[in-house]
Amino acid sequence: MSVRRSFNCGRLARQLGLLRPGFCGNTVSLARYNSSDSKKADESYTHFGFKHVPEDEKEYMVKNVFSSVAKKYDQMNDAMSLGIHRLWKNQFVSALNPGNSTTPMKILDVAGGTGDIAFRLLDHATQRNGDYSSKVIVADINPDMLAVGKRRAKKTPYLESGRVDFIEQNAEVLDKIPDHSIDIFTIAFGIRNCTHIDKVLEQAYRVLKPGGVFSCLEFSKVYPPLLAEVYRQYSFKFLPLLGTVIAGDSESYQYLVESIERFPDADTFASMIERAGFTLAGDRGYECLTFGVAAIHTGVKL
Amino acid sequence: MNVIIHIVILAKKPNYPGHVPLSPLQRIFLVAGSAIMGLKAPWRGDMISILGDSSGQPFFLRRLLKQMLSDETGRQILMEKPRITSASLNLPFLRTLPLNTLGRIYVDWIDREHVSPDTRSPTRYVDDPEEAYVMQRYRECHDFYHALCHMPTNIEGELAIKWLEFVNMGLPVGALSALFGPFRLNCNQAALFRKIYIPWAVRNGLVAKTLINVYWEKELTRDINEVRQKIRIEAAPPLH
Repeated sequence: MSVRRSFNCGRLARQLGLLRPGFCGNTVSLARYNSSDSKKADESYTHFGFKHVPEDEKEYMVKNVFSSVAKKYDQMNDAMSLGIHRLWKNQFVSALNPGNSTTPMKILDVAGGTGDIAFRLLDHATQRNGDYSSKVIVADINPDMLAVGKRRAKKTPYLESGRVDFIEQNAEVLDKIPDHSIDIFTIAFGIRNCTHIDKVLEQAYRVLKPGGVFSCLEFSKVYPPLLAEVYRQYSFKFLPLLGTVIAGDSESYQYLVESIERFPDADTFASMIERAGFTLAGDRGYECLTFGVAAIHTGVKL
Repeated sequence: MNVIIHIVILAKKPNYPGHVPLSPLQRIFLVAGSAIMGLKAPWRGDMISILGDSSGQPFFLRRLLKQMLSDETGRQILMEKPRITSASLNLPFLRTLPLNTLGRIYVDWIDREHVSPDTRSPTRYVDDPEEAYVMQRYRECHDFYHALCHMPTNIEGELAIKWLEFVNMGLPVGALSALFGPFRLNCNQAALFRKIYIPWAVRNGLVAKTLINVYWEKELTRDINEVRQKIRIEAAPPLH
């Protein structure tokens, strides 16, 4: 019986061309950053976790992070949140109550690569509301995440019955989705990775039908200050190490925890949703989960 | 409470490129995590290297460093800090050497087992730069032990070398692999391992020169039996 030796996931990822710009000294991308030719006078910068990167690079860098994490995405989510992410996603879907309508719904799940939300939406519609015709379109910018989703979809009845579709789309563009065609727009743990959150909200507004619902599940700010500090220490000191042990990749998880830290708090995000034209649901437009570790923001297009 | 948080969780600044400082709690987590993952998924070579990195402190690597400093060749290695890569060894040249030389046997072994000296990940979790080099050298020399003792890279071969390394150099990663690794062997393999390979590894580990003090790059053109005699090590009995 032979054992594959010296299998180093990080090194293998680099050899396969899954570049990790800025982290492991990938020479191509470092050259792009260091070369003075690439710095145009009017080039704007944005944040990639705690790093400052040119705007047009961020999308590419985020794509690489998710290609890196795709295979172990579900196991890592379970390990990092101790399984609590499942409760959040269940809550997210039940609050939306999909399929509760006389006409079949068309739901768009953006950045939904591995299908967690899509399958829950369809299960809820089918089992709770007896709806066998509502469809979910899963859109994701990353083909590796979509591949994981398609593989998981084969174990559900939805792929065969054509109730789930997987398309490669950029959340800021959504060129394959016509205006006013979607009943529910969902985005779970995806929006903080987008370069221009306001553009994603604009697109959401465009594709939704009048009366359509926008709902976003995302990490938020933990509110009791002591708990916030404990959470912060946990995120920064342990999650990258957990990434090393489970997925052989600490840098991607370092990016993920930094991007959580960077994302605006619930009230700020709620006002961004309002600025895009939505009417916020409830008092404040959001509901906090697990002391603010996550939050569900909901808006309606009136 | 604040003091406790500071001692237990806060980490220090990096001491060399690639260094990731760890707090005691992080270190314990990484040792446990990489040990468990290494046992569950033995093909994850990165887990064994991380186990080595994180478990070497504070005592074991320092002891090994002292052993290097008290040996003339060891001191030379520490001064020159050679790295073992396919470029530094010049593999094409090794392939032209006579069949009985260490260099030729090493490169044939590498080709046969489909491994490469370039896949060793750099040391990250050792705080002192000198100790970090010792850890790096420890990892990079591993393939030479295989070639010298004629051990393949299957589980039994790896475990036998781990036993040898542990008895000879005393690093915890060797002990952990040696003690828990055999649980992955089936009954027949385990019996054979216990009967033949553990005694071989212990006998040779105790008698041999401290392996980290061997300047492998300078022994490549020598006849392998001469090298074995110089280091006081025997080739292992064949596995089957």
